[in-house]
Amino acid sequence: MARLVGIDLPREKRIEVGLTYIHGIGRPRSRKILTAANINFDTKVRDLSEEEVSRLRQAIEEGTPVEGDLRKEVSINVKRLMEIGSYRGSRHRKSLPVRGQRTHTNARTRKGPRKGAIAGKKKPTAKT
Amino acid sequence: MARSVKKGAFVDVSLAKTIEAMNKHFEKKVVKTWSRRSTVTPDMVGHTLAVHNGKKFIPVYLTENMVGHKLGEFSPTRVFKGHSSKAAAEKTAAPAPPPKAG
Repeated sequence: MARLVGIDLPREKRIEVGLTYIHGIGRPRSRKILTAANINFDTKVRDLSEEEVSRLRQAIEEGTPVEGDLRKEVSINVKRLMEIGSYRGSRHRKSLPVRGQRTHTNARTRKGPRKGAIAGKKKPTAKT
Repeated sequence: MARSVKKGAFVDVSLAKTIEAMNKHFEKKVVKTWSRRSTVTPDMVGHTLAVHNGKKFIPVYLTENMVGHKLGEFSPTRVFKGHSSKAAAEKTAAPAPPPKAG
């Protein structure tokens, strides 16, 4: 059972993919870590030895923050933007797109599910 | 793409001169500026600049946290007072804004 930085990895997957279940690790970084720890990408997670797991743990720690630390860092950065009264901070506060995307349509990821007047408007047209 | 580090942060020359002059005399006065494109540099920290937003000057007190941002980020150019009646009535159910302030 491979347990790394507080989460269990899926046992039946290749370790290259398994590592991406950790927040902050994608495929490229997964490969970098595995190369650093000198482990074959194709090893199944369940086949990892204790010693290999500890090497992985070390390799992950050496890199940039993952999981909780990463989330904390991000939220601190966002909080700073909000506190200094910047435009980007105000966009975060209103939970609207921060990087200048259009909001006339789309932007549903930031705005959340549709609600209100739009839903009411759609029904009458559907009747005809 | 990010700006080359070699060049350093961009600050309009006129603004940089004013700040330098103020720092030399340990002065702290509100300076009007139109230079929204200038970066906040460490030597501006503690000053208050009045940054133009196209209509009026918004006083911005610069803190350490703001270093690296542009002045324009702190002086919003758009006014959004919410949508009209129907949508506003529905929206008041969820967040804070007052329904119809005279």
